[in-house]
Amino acid sequence: MNPRKDLITIDALSDEDIHTILESTSAMKDIFTKSVKKVPALKGKSVLTLFYEPSTRTRSSFEVAANRLSADVTTFTVSTSSVVKGESVHDTIDTLMSMKMDYIIVRHKNSGIPAVIARHCKAAVINAGDGAHAHPSQAFLDAFTIKEKYGEVGGKRVVIIGDILHSRVARSTSTILRRLGAEVAYMGPGPLVPQEKHTGIPRFTNWEQVFNWKPDVIYLLRVQNERMDTPFFPRGDYHQAFGVTEERLRRIDDLNLSIMHPGPVNRGVEICDAAMDYRNCLINNQVENGIAARMSILYHLTPQTQNND
Amino acid sequence: MPTINQAEIEQALDAWATHLLNSTVQQATGKLAIVGLISHGDVLARRLVRKLQDAGCEAEYGAIDITLYRDDLSLRGIRPALKSSYLPFSPDDMTLVLVDDVCNTGRTARAAMEVIFEYGRPAKVELHCLADRGGRQLPIHPDYAAFKLDAPESERVQLTLQEIDGKEELTY
Repeated sequence: MNPRKDLITIDALSDEDIHTILESTSAMKDIFTKSVKKVPALKGKSVLTLFYEPSTRTRSSFEVAANRLSADVTTFTVSTSSVVKGESVHDTIDTLMSMKMDYIIVRHKNSGIPAVIARHCKAAVINAGDGAHAHPSQAFLDAFTIKEKYGEVGGKRVVIIGDILHSRVARSTSTILRRLGAEVAYMGPGPLVPQEKHTGIPRFTNWEQVFNWKPDVIYLLRVQNERMDTPFFPRGDYHQAFGVTEERLRRIDDLNLSIMHPGPVNRGVEICDAAMDYRNCLINNQVENGIAARMSILYHLTPQTQNND
Repeated sequence: MPTINQAEIEQALDAWATHLLNSTVQQATGKLAIVGLISHGDVLARRLVRKLQDAGCEAEYGAIDITLYRDDLSLRGIRPALKSSYLPFSPDDMTLVLVDDVCNTGRTARAAMEVIFEYGRPAKVELHCLADRGGRQLPIHPDYAAFKLDAPESERVQLTLQEIDGKEELTY
């Protein structure tokens, strides 16, 4: 693909960029099967993970990806950083650039912060989630997982279920899947699912509508209590109304549908225990593919720090 | 611009296969594997494996993409999609023949050896290529080259193959 410094949103990518990153993800995954699970592609490069929001999965996934490409990884932990002492994002950027980082992986509760950082520094910046805006590396791992399962993404039907309104995963994943020719629908509690006239995406409010639509993949979102200022529904009722209950799991099994979830899973809320062991539950595949997808993203970005900057 | 045509390339491959049978196979330690360097070297490797099979000699076949092992990655602007390496055997104690299209600086062969040693420890590795154009920057030399070209460093040597490019010739 042509030189590209940052990955902030899926929208900013060309079709060729998307296909190239997905194709290389497959080659990256092959590395996991070798006795030496490491390649020297980013030897001597420095990668910083800058997470202003709690994250275990995404951050460790990026760290493993960078390590497997032989980069040096530094973790900037906000709770122990100067940010809690009042340092602004710009001052933090200046500090980080003085450290000559080549790649910065950012998560922030406010939409747009990774884009601001990208504009102000020569390092390649990867958005690892900003508010309810975007989470492009999640989109790539989701698209790759579907491609791996079905051979292609085009023509598949994916219903994303849960709190669509507050979900950067729903936004980025639905964007990439539609760019690749899949059909996407949303289902969830009324106040948390945007109207079709605003998104162009079919909107359902119950499981019967979902089953009638004949999806291939059921994509469950985590109920994000931390992103809701006011409760939109009684939490106890969520599982019965919108979760994968044991009864719905039997129907999903009969129809041979796949289940995906970006994690971490709230058992008994989005999903029952039995569904985690379901034969077409792809959640663990998503975790493994997340490392390969992030390796591919790191490999394909081009920092502007290479000329003695 | 000098050109080596399809018939001449085919003849060279026959001679190459004969060399493999009369020399490499005779001196091999352990089983033999022909490993192509993706993408053009891989096509040549597959053709050589077929020719060996036709002569009654069984050789393992593999293909490797050395892109992630290049020493000039950060100098390259455009990064094409990676291809999956295919090495369905352990190279431990085998004789491996690395097949490349054009041997120039030696950096590709260095990277290829690094890839191979991450899969195991072969008893012996040989480097074969269709064309040796000289210009080495590392102490690495092919054990077999079908053509030795006298091409100035400034000129491009390019191989096209039917399977990839839809036509077949070597120009320099």
